[in-house]
Parts: sequence; structure tokens; C-alpha cells
Amino acid sequence: MTAPLDVPGSATEADPEAVLAGADRKAIQGRSLGQIAWMRLKRDKVALAGAGVIIFLVLVALFAPLIVKFLGHPPLEFHREKIDQSTLTPTGAFGGMSWDYLFGVEPLWGRDIFSRIVYGARISLLIAFLATLLSVVIGTVLGVVAGYFGGWVDTVISRAMDVFLAFPLLVFAIALAGVVPDQAFGMSGDTLRVSLLVFIIGFFSWPYIGRIVRGQTLSLREREFIDAARSLGARGPYIIFRELLPNLIAPILIYATLVIPTNILFEAALSFLGVGVRPPTPTWGGMLAEAARFYTVPHFAIFPGLAIFVTVLAFNLFGDGLRDALDPRGR
Amino acid sequence: MTTPNEPLLSVQDLQKYFPVTKGLLKRQVGAVKAVDGISFDVFKGETLGVVGESGCGKSTMGRLVTRLLEPTGGKVLFEGQDITHMSQGRLRPLRRDMQMIFQDPFSSLNPRHTVGAIVGAPFRIQGIKTEHGTKKAVQEILELVGLNPEHYNRYPHEFSGGQRQRIGIARTLALKPKMIIADEPVSALDVSIQAQVVNLLEDLQNELDLTYVVIAHDLSVVRHISDRVAVMYLGKLVELADRKDLYESPMHPYTNALMSAVPIPDPARRNDRERIRLQGDVPSPLSPPPACRFHTRCWKAQAICKVEEPPLVELASRHQVACHFPEKVPQEAAEAVSA
Ligand SMILES: Nc1ncnc2c1ncn2[C@@H]1O[C@H](COP(=O)(O)OP(=O)(O)O)[C@@H](O)[C@H]1O
Ligand code: SF4
Ligand SMILES: [Mg+2]
Repeated sequence: MTAPLDVPGSATEADPEAVLAGADRKAIQGRSLGQIAWMRLKRDKVALAGAGVIIFLVLVALFAPLIVKFLGHPPLEFHREKIDQSTLTPTGAFGGMSWDYLFGVEPLWGRDIFSRIVYGARISLLIAFLATLLSVVIGTVLGVVAGYFGGWVDTVISRAMDVFLAFPLLVFAIALAGVVPDQAFGMSGDTLRVSLLVFIIGFFSWPYIGRIVRGQTLSLREREFIDAARSLGARGPYIIFRELLPNLIAPILIYATLVIPTNILFEAALSFLGVGVRPPTPTWGGMLAEAARFYTVPHFAIFPGLAIFVTVLAFNLFGDGLRDALDPRGR
Repeated sequence: MTTPNEPLLSVQDLQKYFPVTKGLLKRQVGAVKAVDGISFDVFKGETLGVVGESGCGKSTMGRLVTRLLEPTGGKVLFEGQDITHMSQGRLRPLRRDMQMIFQDPFSSLNPRHTVGAIVGAPFRIQGIKTEHGTKKAVQEILELVGLNPEHYNRYPHEFSGGQRQRIGIARTLALKPKMIIADEPVSALDVSIQAQVVNLLEDLQNELDLTYVVIAHDLSVVRHISDRVAVMYLGKLVELADRKDLYESPMHPYTNALMSAVPIPDPARRNDRERIRLQGDVPSPLSPPPACRFHTRCWKAQAICKVEEPPLVELASRHQVACHFPEKVPQEAAEAVSA
């Protein structure tokens, strides 16, 4: 086995990566930039903690029925016996918290807050993930096309982005989500509401990622490896899929992890305003809205608030770490 | 050199104007005359060096010839075929024969691809099957350019500048081209490595019967490798001659100025040469000086230089110059000029 970088006639050349990887040259041999990023990420404890929380939340959402079965009560089940009928607030200290009701019960109906938080994670994450996916797909396709082809194609797409970004999204979302009937597009109930929210959030936020991808494509297009591919006779699709996209994955991933928490907040806001997923389906935003009516029972607001806060924080910490790992020079 | 009379590449009055637009409506307000009417031939097996200061249109010329850019005017003939405005589809098979080495080894290799993928890309793009598979073919080429074939699975960031340039060279060799345009192949490299890469290019030329156009921004890099040298200034050819003639008796004042920037190895001879320092920067190709474009910096400039453009004429055997007052002209040619 020869020395790692021992190439005839080049022993004197400096190896910039050796500096980057520290003293151990051998450790980086044959590593892709993705693998190097992973090594960096593994050293970032804060980002790892964020990732841990995210994984935990996803598991909670996935296994919500199982968790509730063992640790709580069905989220829609009333427990009037836990409510003081004169004040309509929970009996017992701390809003009725006990081993049986880990986070206590809601005022009025006595539903199990723990179960509703667990089930609320499903709606929150589902909508945030799907909306992000939708905006990433639309934004990437249109961004690459605008950046790569340029000319009038770029002009049309860029103007469309401006129009979408100038759109008063919240007002529009409230109006649209308000007027759509209980049954539409062959869907009804929660499925319809979730699809609607995914569409509204995803469809109107694609220009953010679109702009990032377009900008990156514009700068990548000037790189000589694109010219090299063209001088070999490569066609548009080859250049877009084989040369450009692999270089866009990092910025797209970074953007996605940072936009998921924004979407979680947006969904919570819509649910809070009563135009999200409809009650009695539990959502964190919806719970906050109800809690606002019972300000004498602060624990009712604390748990959904905390859930939103922890989730958003976890995604942001992970997203920051991911950005540092994928792009150590920063931007 | 099989048929010395038929050029492999023939460039005739080639032009490239980049439009300069303004405002929302993209109104054209001017043009960068990056390449403005240059003609030369390149013959099989030879190396043509193209020299000029940065910004004088060398890269643009290379990109026009390889049809990465669409010429504004003039003609490019490759093996007698007019490729000036040939569609990219029809160019595809011809691209195997003409390849380009790029200036910046850090931007010319896709950071997300392995060396194997980069050097194997020509086979994939051109749909070529090799006898023992692409991997074997790639490894043979890696060996040819002095890289370890076991580095097949490594990524560009794991290599130094010189090694990356070797990877770039390997990629151009994959399709066994007839001609390679090398755009400043060593100017991004450490001086200590430049010679290695130039030597590699020379070895490959002998081994694979290649024809080169080697672009450089000073005369020292191409001195060793070129058979003929062309000097460019602001989109124009100002001098074109056999290497020996150009280095020993440069006629154009600009070439003389460039020459005095080349270090003389022998200290005893250093004082023989009067040092000419070029004044000022290259003027903008947006509004190049009229007539002789060099007149703003030329110490021999006369009134005529500002009104009449000197044509590129053969003043000695195989020695073309575009100047009203060339230096060291043989007697009979001097008479022809003044006549
Ligand atoms: N794509 C382009 N659009 C507009 N101007 C360009 C473009 N490419 C090159 N130019 C201009 O053309 C001139 C010649 O550039 P170039 O061919 O790169 O010079 P060189 O390679 O000799 O340094 C420069 O003034 C440059 O700014
Ligand atoms: S034509 Fe005149 S200005 Fe131009 S290089 Fe010759 S002497 Fe100088
Ligand atoms: Mg250049």
C-alpha cells in the first residue's frame, strides 16, 4: 500500500484538506463532502441534541396511539368527574396533574392534555413536513430551471416569485381556509383540512427556496465543471440532474430544516385562529386558543406552548448545526 | 504531422461581442468586443501558444472554438467542417475530437463527483462502451497522467491543485481527442508544479499525437511547449510567428513589452536588454481605442496609429505583425511597409 496521496511527481504539493481534517491525513481518505459534513455534525453536541429531540418527536407522533394507550386516556374522551362543576376548572392541584393524567386535564370537559399533546404532534409535524416538501419540490424545480436556462424563462419565474412573496399569505390563508366547505376535492374532515393547510403553506412559500436555488444555480452555472460537461456534449437534463443537483442538496437541506419550524409556527397560528384543523381533533395551536379562554388555568396553555417551543427550538438548533457542518465557511 | 498543408483548426475573422444591456427592458447600450476579428490556423501535431494580458479575450477565443459560446461573426472550421453555428446536437459527435482544459482546477471539477465519475463522464455522456468497462478505462487514463489509479473513488477536495489539474487533463483524454485547447492550464498552480504539468502535456502530445492550442498570460509558460506563438491584445491578434522568430526577433511593440517581462535566466545577458515597462492597464474592451488598439500604451505611437488600423501582414517568412512601425523588420519587408 502506497502512502495516501503519494502520486508521482507531486510529493511537494500542499494538501489543503490535510489542514482541514487536522493532523490525521488518513482519516479523510475517500470521504465525500457529505461524509465530512457528517463527521463535523457528530462533533456538534447542540445540533445532535436537536436531532435527538426531533427523532423523539417523530417517534411520539408515529406511535401516538400506543403511547396514549399506556400512558393516558383517549384524546377525545371526556372526564367530567375531574372537573369542578361550579368553576368548570379541573379538580386537584396543578390542573389535575397526577400519574393518571400526566399533564392534567382540560377545563370544561376534562380531556387528557397529555394525550392531546401527543396526538397534536401528529398534525403539527405532518403539516410542517408535507408543506416543506411541497415548497422544496416546487422551489427546486423552478429555481433550477430559472437559474440554468436564464433569459425570458428566468424573467417569468422570478416575477412569479415576486408576486407570490408579495402575497398577504396569512390573510389569504384565513380567507381560503375559512370558505372551504367541510367536503371538497373528494376529501372531508381532517384529511381535507390537512391537505388544505399543506397546500396553502407549501404553495405560497416555494419562492423562498426558489430564490435560494436560483441564486445557487446562477453561481454554479459559472463554474467551469459545467462548461466541461457541455464541452463533452452533455445535454440540459444531464447537467441539471448530474452536475447541478448534487451541489444543491446541501443548501436545500439546510433551508428545509430551517423552514420546518416556521411552518410549525404557521400551522399553530392558523389553528389558533380557528382556521386550521378543526376541533375536536387535537392541535397545539387549537389547544392554545382554548387555553386563552381559561387564563385561570395556566397549565392548560403551558403544555401546548412548551410543545411548540421545544419543537421549533430543536429544528432550529439542528438546522444551524447542519448548516455549519455542510458549509463550514458560512455565508 | 501527416498533411501539413491542411489545418486541423481554421479560425477566420472570428468575433464575439457580448451585449451590454441596461434596465428592465434589456436595452442594448453597448458591446464588449472580447474577440474582434482574429484569424489563424492550427496544423496537425503542432502547438500554438496564445499569449496576452488578462482580459484580452483569450478564454473567449477558446470558448468560441470549442463552441461553448456562439460566435458573433467569422468562421470556425474544424477538419474543414464549418462548425461556427452548428447545432449542439450535431456538434456532439465532433466534441470527442476537440476538448478543453480549464484554467481553474478548483472550479473545473464537480466537488460532488468522485475522480472515477469525473474522468468517466465523457464515456457516459457520449454513450461509449469500452472493452473492459469504464472503470478499467478510467484507471488507465489516470495512470497515463501520473495519478494513482487506486484514487478512483476519491473526491477532488482530497487532491492538491496540481493533481486536480491532472484529473482535468485525464478527463479531456478519455475520448482520445485530436485537439486540446488548454486555457491557462498552469496559471492557477504553484510555480514549482507548473513545469510538471507542462511537461505532462508535452509527453502526452508525443504519446497521443495531439494538437494543442495553449493559452497563457505571459510568454514564459508557452515558450517551452509552442511551435508557433500568437500574441493577442484587446481582442485582436497583433503578432503571430514561429516560436524562435517570435522570441528572438519580436516585431510588435506589445510583444517586445511582454518579452521584457520574461525573466532572463542568464544574469550576464540581463543588461543587454532594455526593459520596457508597460504603462497603465489594458483599456476596456467596451470602448477599445480606435485604429491601433495599443496606441494608448505604445511608446512608438504616431498620429497615424490613432486613425488607421494596422493590418496583420506577413513581414517575414511565417511572421505576421499588425503595426505601422514594427521593430527589427528585414530590409525588403520594411520597404514594403513604407511603400
Ligand atoms: N460571458 C461574458 N459576458 C460579458 N462579458 C464577458 C463574458 N466573458 C468574457 N467577457 C469579457 O470579455 C473580455 C475578455 O475576457 P476573457 O476572454 O475571459 O479574457 P482572458 O481570458 O484573456 O483573460 C473581458 O473584458 C471580459 O470581461
Ligand atoms: S501601430 Fe503604432 S501604436 Fe500600434 S503598436 Fe504599432 S507603433 Fe504602436
Ligand atoms: Mg482567461
